[in-house]
Amino acid sequence: MSEQEPITGIEAPIYLKYNFTAGAAPARFLSQVKRGVLTGQRCPLCEQVYFPPRGSCAACGVPTQEEVVLADKATVESFTIVAIPIPNNPIKPPYIIANLVADGANLSFIHLMSECVNEDVHIGQRVQAVWKPAEEWDYAMDNIRYFKPIDEPDVPVDRIGKISVAGWEG
Amino acid sequence: MSQPEILNQAFELGYTYTRSTGPVVGRFLTELRDRNIVGIKASDGRVVVPPMEYDPDTAEELSEFVSVGQEGEIVSWAWIKEPREAHPSEQPFAWAMIKLDGADVPMIHWVRADGESEVSTGARVRAVWADETIGFMTDINGFELV
Amino acid sequence: MKDIAIVAYNQSKAVSDVGPCNEVELIMPVLAEVFSQAGINNAQDVDFVCSGSCDYLQGAAFAFVAGVDALGAVPPIKESHVEMDAAWALYESMLKIRMGHADSALIYGFGKSSPGELPIVLSQQLDPYYLAPLWVDTIALAAMQARMLLDQGKISERDMAEVVSRSRRNARNNPNAQLAGDVSPEDVLAQPSYVSPLRKADCPPVSDGASAMIICTVEKAKSWGVPYAVISGIDHRIESHNMGMRDLTDSVSTRLAAEGAGLGDGPVDVAELYAPFSHQEIVLTRALGLGKETNINPSGGVLAGNLMMASGLSRIGEVFNRIIAGDAGRGVAHATSGPCLQHNLVTVVEKA
Repeated sequence: MSEQEPITGIEAPIYLKYNFTAGAAPARFLSQVKRGVLTGQRCPLCEQVYFPPRGSCAACGVPTQEEVVLADKATVESFTIVAIPIPNNPIKPPYIIANLVADGANLSFIHLMSECVNEDVHIGQRVQAVWKPAEEWDYAMDNIRYFKPIDEPDVPVDRIGKISVAGWEG
Repeated sequence: MSQPEILNQAFELGYTYTRSTGPVVGRFLTELRDRNIVGIKASDGRVVVPPMEYDPDTAEELSEFVSVGQEGEIVSWAWIKEPREAHPSEQPFAWAMIKLDGADVPMIHWVRADGESEVSTGARVRAVWADETIGFMTDINGFELV
Repeated sequence: MKDIAIVAYNQSKAVSDVGPCNEVELIMPVLAEVFSQAGINNAQDVDFVCSGSCDYLQGAAFAFVAGVDALGAVPPIKESHVEMDAAWALYESMLKIRMGHADSALIYGFGKSSPGELPIVLSQQLDPYYLAPLWVDTIALAAMQARMLLDQGKISERDMAEVVSRSRRNARNNPNAQLAGDVSPEDVLAQPSYVSPLRKADCPPVSDGASAMIICTVEKAKSWGVPYAVISGIDHRIESHNMGMRDLTDSVSTRLAAEGAGLGDGPVDVAELYAPFSHQEIVLTRALGLGKETNINPSGGVLAGNLMMASGLSRIGEVFNRIIAGDAGRGVAHATSGPCLQHNLVTVVEKA
């Protein structure tokens, strides 16, 4: 036996290469995002609009095919103030990650909020997308840099997720 | 409905796992680092290389290590004429089940050969050691035909 | 003990690359078809759901969770998953029914193998200390098994070519087959070697696809008023992960599972065997004691299309289809997992 310490552990590198495919519904959605258009999909049974769409209504278990164009205005359904940095991301803490419901959709998606006073962010707050310049648009939701508060009345909790694409007048 | 495009993204899914070896695998790998190969005696007396912690027939805990030779005999083999990127050799080679001298159970490793016709069941092979041994299965950098 | 009936089965077409479809989009059509066959609406109408899949295939962590989006899980359903072929999801579902915790179950399996390099992905299911670090691929392991059989005179290359030929010819009647055609044994033998001694035709294609099945108590099947077949026996056995300590020229685990499932208690009209490599079909046929009276792999088997994590369930479904069509009265389905037929499940299905 060696004079070195006995082996008690190994480093086992497992590296596998894949070619990931987005799926038909996400691909349609991302193709529209590249053009600066937000689209959801409506369930033929319960009529809920999913955004971003995954091709099925998780509640009813049926394909969602009807595409619905949404506004880039949304309502804060929930949020958290994050105090830790995102690795390799220029966003500096503290920053806000929010569950937002786009006008015309019924279910929330996750995005960043900025140009806001963190301590003043609240459920029911109205926000709008701040887009990157069009020439930088890609197949990605970070075509929208973040959402910022807009000067519209708050949405009562029982109305969140029920705003039409036409918007919220209060 | 808009026409779906096919959106692909190549990616590498990678983790380096840290695994505890325990006394049996650890002993085998420690010996490999010293350029020795050890097996373990199963309940029925068969020498198993690389050593197993428990007997597959009786589930008995095994502990009697046995040094085995660095040469052995090919029990079966497969010829790789087009190695895959992950494979241990860029040149065509054979995967083989090799019964080392003093062992009763073949182990799986790879064999260097210039061509398929060089390899045969029953052929004698010898372990080739890596330039630097670290206590890992690849310390044996393949086998060569004797 | 409650007798368990199969009432519905469907499989997607096996394709080499299903293109843009994600897991949910792959699963939904087969689920819709089995719901329709059983005359029910969705997963709310069964008592239990169990699926089989492997996230490593497509390299997407928790891909199986996304599968639930295809079910209609509001209000919440009783759901489980095995990181194995869905044939083992069927086994779990049978236990659930036999324990009296459910009267009916939906089982589905899906695999999208095209995104990765399947034989290398599967190398990582091996012993993590001794084998996975070498990246020995599953085709090479099967090739070494085949050479043992050839060296010992237990099979010939012609025997292997005949398995391939029969698979390709049978698959012409299987609309879901990926590889089919009038291929003779001579055509196969004329092919160059791939991973010697295997030819490419001895190996299964890489396939994407899904399959689904609904099982229930016989009482439930009668109340639904749909045709059904009965699962009269099921058992599974596993062998050592150390291939050096196994007899790779035999399948002891298959033989024991067949005894446990009562295969010998009656004639076997049809057999659907999960033999990913041609020589393994011969090993399995012998281990199961099948003779000329048995129609082996009328679907073409998995040489015609290998849906990882679903093809084992599909074997059971193919036997079910033959019985419902009146082509067979009693049949055996086999599912396998692990390298060189390490783990084997045997299911006996009979006419009601």
